[in-house]
Amino acid sequence: MSVDSRRSLDEPGLADDFLRLVGDGDEYGAVEVVTALLDSGVTPQRVMIDLIAGTQARVGELWAANEWSVAREHAATAISERALAAVAARTNVPPTRGRVTIACVDGEWHALPTRILAEMLRLDGWRVDFLGANVPGPHLLTHLHQTGPDVVALSCMIATRLPRAHAAITACKAAGVPVIAGGRGFGPGGRYAQHLGADAWAAGAEEAVQRLARNWPPHSPDPQLSAYLGDEEYTYVVRNRGVLIGTAMRRLTDAYPPMREYNQRQLDATAEDMAYIVDFLAAALYVSETQIFTDFMAWTSGVVQARGVPPVALRVGLESVRSQLRDYPTAMAVLNAGEAAIEAPAGK
Amino acid sequence: MTAQSPTTRLPAQSPISTGEKLTDGPAPALLRAALDAASEAVVLCGAADDTILMVNAAARTLVPGLSAGGNAVEGPLPGLAGALAAGDDTFTDVYEGRHLQGRRRMLGPDHYGWYLRDRTDEVARADALRAERARTAFLAEAGRRLSSSLHQGRCTRITAELAVAHLADAAVVVLPVNRRQAPWVRLVAGEAAVEGLLREPLLADVPGLVEALGGFPPIPSKWLDASQAPEWLLPDDFGPIGALLVTPLPGNAEPAGALILARRGDNARFSPEDEILARIFAARAGAAISAAGLYREQVDTTAVLQADLLPPELIQPDGIELVGSYQAARDAMRIGGDFYDVFGPTDTSSDTVIALGDVCGKGPEAAVLTGKVRQTLRALRLVGAAPEEMLRVLNRALLESGRQHRFVTLVVGSVSRGEHGRVRLELATGGHPAPLVLRLDGTVEEVPISGTLIGAVARTVVRPADVELAPGELCLLYSDGLTEARGGPTGDEQFGEERLHHALAECRGMPAVATVERVRQLVSDWVHGGARDDIAMLAVRAPARTQLSVRNGSRNQSPFAIDARRNDRRVRQRS
Repeated sequence: MSVDSRRSLDEPGLADDFLRLVGDGDEYGAVEVVTALLDSGVTPQRVMIDLIAGTQARVGELWAANEWSVAREHAATAISERALAAVAARTNVPPTRGRVTIACVDGEWHALPTRILAEMLRLDGWRVDFLGANVPGPHLLTHLHQTGPDVVALSCMIATRLPRAHAAITACKAAGVPVIAGGRGFGPGGRYAQHLGADAWAAGAEEAVQRLARNWPPHSPDPQLSAYLGDEEYTYVVRNRGVLIGTAMRRLTDAYPPMREYNQRQLDATAEDMAYIVDFLAAALYVSETQIFTDFMAWTSGVVQARGVPPVALRVGLESVRSQLRDYPTAMAVLNAGEAAIEAPAGK
Repeated sequence: MTAQSPTTRLPAQSPISTGEKLTDGPAPALLRAALDAASEAVVLCGAADDTILMVNAAARTLVPGLSAGGNAVEGPLPGLAGALAAGDDTFTDVYEGRHLQGRRRMLGPDHYGWYLRDRTDEVARADALRAERARTAFLAEAGRRLSSSLHQGRCTRITAELAVAHLADAAVVVLPVNRRQAPWVRLVAGEAAVEGLLREPLLADVPGLVEALGGFPPIPSKWLDASQAPEWLLPDDFGPIGALLVTPLPGNAEPAGALILARRGDNARFSPEDEILARIFAARAGAAISAAGLYREQVDTTAVLQADLLPPELIQPDGIELVGSYQAARDAMRIGGDFYDVFGPTDTSSDTVIALGDVCGKGPEAAVLTGKVRQTLRALRLVGAAPEEMLRVLNRALLESGRQHRFVTLVVGSVSRGEHGRVRLELATGGHPAPLVLRLDGTVEEVPISGTLIGAVARTVVRPADVELAPGELCLLYSDGLTEARGGPTGDEQFGEERLHHALAECRGMPAVATVERVRQLVSDWVHGGARDDIAMLAVRAPARTQLSVRNGSRNQSPFAIDARRNDRRVRQRS
């Protein structure tokens, strides 16, 4: 390579170039960019955080704004992972700290942020076991008993997985392993992580590395003290999930006759939306945080508007669930707060 | 001492209260006798200068140093003096080993009395109760923490941590000798644990250690000469060891190790109560460490047995993307009745052979059969058998193995590179769902192959087919666990082929790894956690060639922009 090819993260247009490369599924080009950056002396940490993670955040925004298809988002993520693997292949740090297990909670598929965390911790001298996306609780616990790590880093990006995250946190702590939580699913500032008994929370990979570098493990109370959350309203909603969604679908069809003409895909998509409403409601009831539901509604209203769906459709969907829960005051309060959070159409 | 001699003012002759006529009541001598007869210790003082006016018999017995005429402030009870200085009405003190509690009562304006009580027994009982509670809390914490982990290293560390927190200034856990070395963990209060291996001859340096590891009864601490402990046992800055205790860690019929406790300082000792507590604790720690050892043995054995049954690491032949995914219904074992395998090129054939199948049954039994099937396929591949021939031979092999009701469905394919980045597949099925092909334009086709299931009837019918993939196209082999996965919003609906077709169509242009991940995610969401059946997928893709075009600045060659210009369906049925 010539001297002219020295690259830096400050280069104008670099982020856009990289975004285009991953978006076009150009593994070769993407790997070439990170390799050139590393060759120019940029630290692997900065490449991972500023370039790869930064680009991934934009990929998510592009999907939410309906500029990118799901397929393109997935392809971009796959390329980002290849670029990350290229960074990882270039670094070799002997372990000097303890052993950490990194996993995404059961049902959680956003593995790239945890993969970046895995590399960041490896660079910081941790011995890392990366279990990847969608790790069922029993699998995680088996792993803990077999490897005896000093900490579990658990990622949850979507709040509907919080009940399962809670089960995993409680089980890890009962097995004597402290847990650091991470990911948007744990709420603003990781507020819900504390309810669920996590020993610590970190907003991102860099914070997690700093948090684990000193004063670890923290003192923590008996995990059984926070082993049960939720109440009878939560139990009702979860146990009747299928009925709530099925009834909501029927009521929607009554309210909006064109639904009778929907094909299987459209019906599936609508039922999936109803399932989101029920699942986020359940999560809000479980953690006793209305904000889980209001945040979801605010976000969803943005997403559906980007896809040309009027906010009224969201209100009708919400009502079809709400009308089945009149006898459940907490659920009603959560749903009402959610309706208030539906945004007016952009452009006002 | 006060200037006044105690004899100058005999208490009996002193008016208790100058402002009071006693003529109507009992004589002072009688009152004095009554006070001496009381069991409560009473000390009367003048309020003006704290001079002791009278000490009753009980008080004299309790605190012989107190006497009338003296000054309460200068007496033998610093606690009393302190209370007077501070103006308090109560004090506690220890006098010659007795715990005292004093209460002051004003007796008229000029006098007050201290009423003293001996709390020695009470304090001793409270101390005993507190100690007992601490022991109980310690053992409860030990039980909870030791039972939490099945990992031997963690159990050993937890043992050292608990011992240092509750029993000693330093703790060393030594595990039984294995190959002339004994694993050990050392923890000194306030420092990080140190782990390592001890050479067997060193063990004899520590008094009592060889005996403890041999399972002999513990030797009382007082018989162990702490000064004989070797220098390597504790760090240099620990200082001289005051007391040493070596306790066996009892395990399952054989010792699980030994616990060495050390206290620093000249006066340090281990009381008999300490030794008993250490022994009770050691029993729990030993049980946990040996259970973890058993678990590790089982895991190691299972891992060896599992190794050949787990899905293989896939080879990555040039010009072909190969991605597998396997999800066992029983996640702890991670093995089941579905399988896939890939056999790379051999000396005689440059083709890559792929197979994906489903053995009837579940769990370890099914897994063992998949192992046999995979091994048979590997051997057949080495003799250069074509896919349909592999199925026929496998059918006979299974029928002749004599096992009743053991059949398998599978797809076998031979993959080779064609021209212009194309990939050719020769596919045959034995009763297995036909693979799907995702074309560049997003259409999803079922490969037109059919065949009877393998291992059920002597005569099989296999109708193979050839498929050709253009760059960016993908062929997916899958097990029926995928389409039969039950769930959905209402909970009991099958995922079904239509949804799989749609899911694949959405993956147009995606790398094979992302496609497989996407389908897996959709099914996982569909079943809403916990698939009840094994799911296996194997994707073959002709890599899209986008790099050059993208770097030349042209974006219309992106796989997302490519619109298939082919109209030919490159699938042809062979009959």
